[in-house]
Amino acid sequence: MRSKNRFQEIPAGWKFLITVVLLYLFVAVFDFDFARIAFLQFAETFFKVVKILLFVFGFMFIVNLFVKTETIQKHLGKDSGAKGWFYAIAGSIFVSGPPYVLFPFLGELKKQGVKDSLLVAFLNNRNVNPTFLPVMIFYFGTAFSVIVSIYVLLFSFINGWIMGKLLDGKAD
Amino acid sequence: MKKALQKTIQTIKMAFPMILGVLLLISLMNVAFQGEYSKIFTGNYFLDPFIGAILGSFSFGIPITSYVAGGELLKEGVSLLAVTAFILAWTTVGVAMLPIEIRAFGKKFAVLRNLLNFISAIIIAVLTIATLKILS
Repeated sequence: MRSKNRFQEIPAGWKFLITVVLLYLFVAVFDFDFARIAFLQFAETFFKVVKILLFVFGFMFIVNLFVKTETIQKHLGKDSGAKGWFYAIAGSIFVSGPPYVLFPFLGELKKQGVKDSLLVAFLNNRNVNPTFLPVMIFYFGTAFSVIVSIYVLLFSFINGWIMGKLLDGKAD
Repeated sequence: MKKALQKTIQTIKMAFPMILGVLLLISLMNVAFQGEYSKIFTGNYFLDPFIGAILGSFSFGIPITSYVAGGELLKEGVSLLAVTAFILAWTTVGVAMLPIEIRAFGKKFAVLRNLLNFISAIIIAVLTIATLKILS
């Protein structure tokens, strides 16, 4: 019972990693070569990616240093108008975090009167994040990263507007 | 400064094991499905992004993990169309996170938002690839 509770306390990311490691061990028991080839492929990819990850985390620190969630929260009020859209989009671009952190934060904003359209725009833009851009460029190239970011931004307005029509009754 | 550092460390602590896990899992999948991806993802403008978006919808996390996962799948022969829908759905559609989203925003909001983002992921994927083709 106690060990079950301890496992529940482990963060989701670690639980996932432990499960995958166990899967490797399970595969290795039946076909060691299969697991070995997969692991070597993993090691090769990991060493390629780790340099970019270090850069990303460094950049993330700089963004966290200058962008405060409180500032964004202050500008997303009920009658925020065009300024509200700007802050919702800017907020979603610069505020990074897992959904289980973002949902309670945005849920709190909803209770304070922030429009559904702005919340949708906020959640829509999580792919346009300068912090993670080096990784996107590394894998998909600059042209792809720019084009997809433009479409995501465009659709954050469209989706926000549609949700505003459906839920807020009006969307400005 | 301390707050920014703490926030960054918190994100690293959350993201790093997830990235390691995703890379390990994809390496295992790549060995298992060697040469099979191209049979599933044929470049069809509707089916590829649809399958990609469905796969992405079951995971909901920070974008960086989806880029690593998507990038590795791309190397193995999955079409860019499917991968684009996959990474977009990964970050904006969250079937697994739906209970938390419902608790925060209400059922109607959560269901409609996820549905809308699922459709958008497919449309954006098609538009992105079409634009890239036109420009190249």
